[in-house]
Amino acid sequence: MRTGRVWKFGDNINTDLMLPGPFLYRSAEEQATAVFMNNRPGWVKQVQQGDAIVGGFNYGMGSSRPAARSLRMCGVGFLLAESINGLFFRNAVNYGLLACECPGVAAAFEEGDAAVLDIENWSVRNPRSGQTLQVQRVPEQLLAMMLGGGVYPVLEREGLIAPRDA
Amino acid sequence: MGMTITEKILARAGGLPKVSPGDVAVVDVETACLIDLSFLPEGWRNVLQVADPSKVVIVFDHLVPAPTADAANCMRTGREFAKKFGIQRLHDIGADQGISHAVIADKAYALPGTVLVNADSHTCSAGAFNCAARGVGGPDMLYAVTTGKAWFRVGETIRYDLTGRLRPGVSAKDIFLFIAGKWGAHVNQNIEYGGPGMASMSLNARRTLTTMGTELSAEFVIFEPDDTLVEYVKARNPKPFTPTLPDADAGYKERRTIDLGTIEPLVALPDAVVNNSVGISEVAGRHIDQAFIGACCNGTLDDLAVAARVVKGRKVAAGTRFIVTPSTEAIHRAAMAAGYVATLMEAGAIVTPATCGACVGGHMGVLGPDEVCITASTRNFKGRMGDPSARIYMASPATVAASALAGQIASAAEFFQGDVS
Repeated sequence: MRTGRVWKFGDNINTDLMLPGPFLYRSAEEQATAVFMNNRPGWVKQVQQGDAIVGGFNYGMGSSRPAARSLRMCGVGFLLAESINGLFFRNAVNYGLLACECPGVAAAFEEGDAAVLDIENWSVRNPRSGQTLQVQRVPEQLLAMMLGGGVYPVLEREGLIAPRDA
Repeated sequence: MGMTITEKILARAGGLPKVSPGDVAVVDVETACLIDLSFLPEGWRNVLQVADPSKVVIVFDHLVPAPTADAANCMRTGREFAKKFGIQRLHDIGADQGISHAVIADKAYALPGTVLVNADSHTCSAGAFNCAARGVGGPDMLYAVTTGKAWFRVGETIRYDLTGRLRPGVSAKDIFLFIAGKWGAHVNQNIEYGGPGMASMSLNARRTLTTMGTELSAEFVIFEPDDTLVEYVKARNPKPFTPTLPDADAGYKERRTIDLGTIEPLVALPDAVVNNSVGISEVAGRHIDQAFIGACCNGTLDDLAVAARVVKGRKVAAGTRFIVTPSTEAIHRAAMAAGYVATLMEAGAIVTPATCGACVGGHMGVLGPDEVCITASTRNFKGRMGDPSARIYMASPATVAASALAGQIASAAEFFQGDVS
């Protein structure tokens, strides 16, 4: 069971908003300071470890840039959206950000609500309203990567890439 | 029930009898393309093993030639990686360089019936080649290069049957803007194009349409194969391939018919590509500071020919910047040989080296605060081409060129009067 304080975002939140182009060549730490700087300045100072993002339709549309890594580094514990862009979802798997589709989630949560996510039973509950929604199951092998820190540790274990500082 | 084109290719590449929506398929990757951004220090790692160097392509495209030391450093890492593993298909700055999707098309690296991955999001471009191609993240590329494999969630497929043919002055970009305006995003869905209308579309036009499929948030975007495609690929790539048609009883989420003859030139308003298209008359007359034609989707020889035709013997409006970026250096040379570059330059345009450049807000055409641009490139997101207060309209190369002459958004119709479709 994971509980996160909800930050609400709308439909079609694109990768350029999470990782603005001018930051592409910066360090991952610097990139994480730029999340939502154009649509929600100051958010990175407010978000806390374990918080949840609740998004609308087509969350993460746009480019292949590692926006999911920036969210994880900001402390986002999990992300739920009406639908998630396929490329952003891949990066969520690969960078170890728990991200699930959950139809109805945008209407069920207000900003600041707690979201209680249960990935044993694939449901999310809003304690304020008492409402429980079904969360779409992430396939087993992809969930293992999401929860295991992404694909880098897998490739390191198999001796295909060197560890970060090697 | 039978399979769609994408399902058949994924099943074959995965050694599976069948795949269906909802499955996760782990498949063999025939072509894995790395770009300069793949070698960013934060994402790239010291690779210890490459599954098959002959299946790897490296193209430097996003910021080329390097405008910064950081960009130069990425390419340095890429060259060292190519050398270490004997990767032959390295498209470094020079005659064979270009935007990766267009180089892949020029060289016919995308083989019909196979799987291709690339670190750039507009990879579904190669779907015009009947190739299951998808943009993936940097870590996916490390996985593909080291293991030779990739995983895909199999989505449902929307089938578009194209009929008729485009009228003069209307282009594949307008077909895209029509689809984006009428049906919006295709999240987690595949798109399949076929039907009698595709025969009248050049491979370049098909590639504009597949490339823009990224902006529909589609998974795979793929055309049926035809003789035009098969001959093009055979002439350029000696590897064997299997053109792949859908099964007659393929299962589609929906089937939609588009009569190409009914498509009008359209413009996408700033900040979003989908559900944002309007007719030119709605925005005609709005001032522009810059007009841009380029990127992976609209820097083809056909696009440069249209732009040259519109501006031939005319002048870009005073105070308007008209920037044209061919998608590859090979296209650049062909456009010079055909006289398009001279025509564009005489009209007052500048023609840049091949790069993602202005489209990605990188260099050679970045927008300042409150500036207005009309672009035939891939995206018009807020801040995409520079300052977040800049306004970006998206249209076809013909509309962009006509707008450059007018200094305001303008229809290109007058330049195509009397043409027969």
